[in-house]
Amino acid sequence: MNRGFERFTRHVPAVIGLVVLLLVVIAAALAGVFYPGDPFAMVGPPFQPPFGMYFLGTDMLGRDLVAGVLHGARTTLLVGTVATVIATLVGVAIGGLAGYFGGRLDNLLMRFTELFQTIPFFLFAILLVAVLGASVGSVITAIAVVSWPPMARLVRGEFMSMRNREFVQACVSMGMGHVRIIFVHILPNTLSSIIVTGSLMVATAILIESGLSFLGLSDANTMSWGFIIGSGRSVLRTAWWICAIPGLAILLTVMAINLVGDGLNDALNPRLRSL
Amino acid sequence: MIWRQSAGYAIWRLLQAVPTVLVIVALNFLLLQLAPGDAADVLAGEAGSATPEFMAQLRQKFGLDQPLGVQLLLYMKQVISFDLGYSFRHGMSVAELILSRLGPSLLLMLTVFVVSVALGAFLGSLAARNLNRWQDNMISLLTVLAYATPVFWAGLMLIVVFSINLGWFPTSGMQQVAAFYQGSAKVRDIAHHLVLPALTLTLFYLALYTRLMRASVLEQFSMDYVVTARAKGLTERQIVRRHVFRNALLPVVTMAGVQAGGLLGGAVVVETVFAWPGLGLLAYEALFARDLNLLLGIFFASTCLVVLVNLVVDLAYSLLDPRIELR
Repeated sequence: MNRGFERFTRHVPAVIGLVVLLLVVIAAALAGVFYPGDPFAMVGPPFQPPFGMYFLGTDMLGRDLVAGVLHGARTTLLVGTVATVIATLVGVAIGGLAGYFGGRLDNLLMRFTELFQTIPFFLFAILLVAVLGASVGSVITAIAVVSWPPMARLVRGEFMSMRNREFVQACVSMGMGHVRIIFVHILPNTLSSIIVTGSLMVATAILIESGLSFLGLSDANTMSWGFIIGSGRSVLRTAWWICAIPGLAILLTVMAINLVGDGLNDALNPRLRSL
Repeated sequence: MIWRQSAGYAIWRLLQAVPTVLVIVALNFLLLQLAPGDAADVLAGEAGSATPEFMAQLRQKFGLDQPLGVQLLLYMKQVISFDLGYSFRHGMSVAELILSRLGPSLLLMLTVFVVSVALGAFLGSLAARNLNRWQDNMISLLTVLAYATPVFWAGLMLIVVFSINLGWFPTSGMQQVAAFYQGSAKVRDIAHHLVLPALTLTLFYLALYTRLMRASVLEQFSMDYVVTARAKGLTERQIVRRHVFRNALLPVVTMAGVQAGGLLGGAVVVETVFAWPGLGLLAYEALFARDLNLLLGIFFASTCLVVLVNLVVDLAYSLLDPRIELR
């Protein structure tokens, strides 16, 4: 682990990503301290440009954009992580079963996975939120439902190769049960790949969430970056900063997560390292 | 010979797609059941716009008084025969509506597909050939940025710069409606409108394919045949052009085929931003009008489209690479 940490810190972009990500997390955590009020509250005159009366300006209803961006960070990080955790659990369960038991079950589960990969996933997410109603819960559900397949495929591959390794064969010959082999011996060995893929999935989840809330498919009571951009769209001509600022926040966060994910990949899977 | 083989393969693949399509229909049915109100409420489109007689007729047609299994079969029968219902907001049947919006979407998708694969292949091999030099670092930086940019935001920022400030391109739509262009002027007008939406969507996929192509070229460079080519005295440029490039392109084409579904999803956002009159904008309008039935129809049609695109890519792939056996 220590050497892994060393390898990670030698990777300069990954360290930059980690610092940016930590800043976003701190901003989200302290949103309630700096701006305890409602981020939807009107605080001043509308259409104030950035670096004037308000640090990032105000929107068309006179809402402070700093408050919006800080509170939006909360929603984005929450939705991104929870959806990824759910998708990871589903993907590991399906991929693990398919890879470990193989045969007909594998065939069936992989058909199912392929089906979900064929579906235009963003349209499916839109449909799910439209049917379930726009709330934080349904947005998380929709993102989780569309993002588990890559995880399932990865875990299946790992389980399949582990299944035939000597140490697993030894466990089988010792008469160890399937549950114990899976949870004590195979799963810990696949954990590093799961963590890497999972970290990159958070970035995708955030992009989907911002796309959905941009289209107006977000909880009406929670501030989110996509929502600010979607509502600022109609005044793009006169007040471009309302769209530009939250978009930059999304860009930075997603980029930071991707860089950290790449760094983790280098640190945790040195064998997979290609040049 | 190869054409006859391909035809057999195409039929076999089409048959394979049948269960996929059936499961999508079942999924649609499930979503209908999850929606508030009964299926007839949803199928009638906007609440309150249908007469009680029409509702009763709908309930009878879909057998809503019968067990769920029968309902599912009836629903499947309707959808398979492309009877997707009627949209009152648009005053057109859903199938007609989808067909009328298909062209612009295909135009946008095809442009993005071709440009991003071609340019991605070029930039990716450029980066791989100049590994760890400034070209490689520059391209890597750009891909990292483009990969993290939300598509809709990129579109809005391009509008701010190129439409509002510079005035080079129109902000929205596909044609200048009042101009009534004909012939080549019309083509030029559409192309002019196409630039920004296509560029927006291309950025993301370009980043993806560039990364993929870079890795693929690097992998090919470590192969034995490259050593052989070097040994017989070919220049680096010849090796790349004649040998490495073609082999490295294959995984990129496969990936591009797999991404067809994602491309359609991205089109929803881009078409919404630029008011490009395709399926994506139709989906947004349906969402806004709470026309769930129309949304389900679009979902079904676009899934069929993806299945079809995958089939075409598979066939193209087998023609490109004779080593792949058709079965």
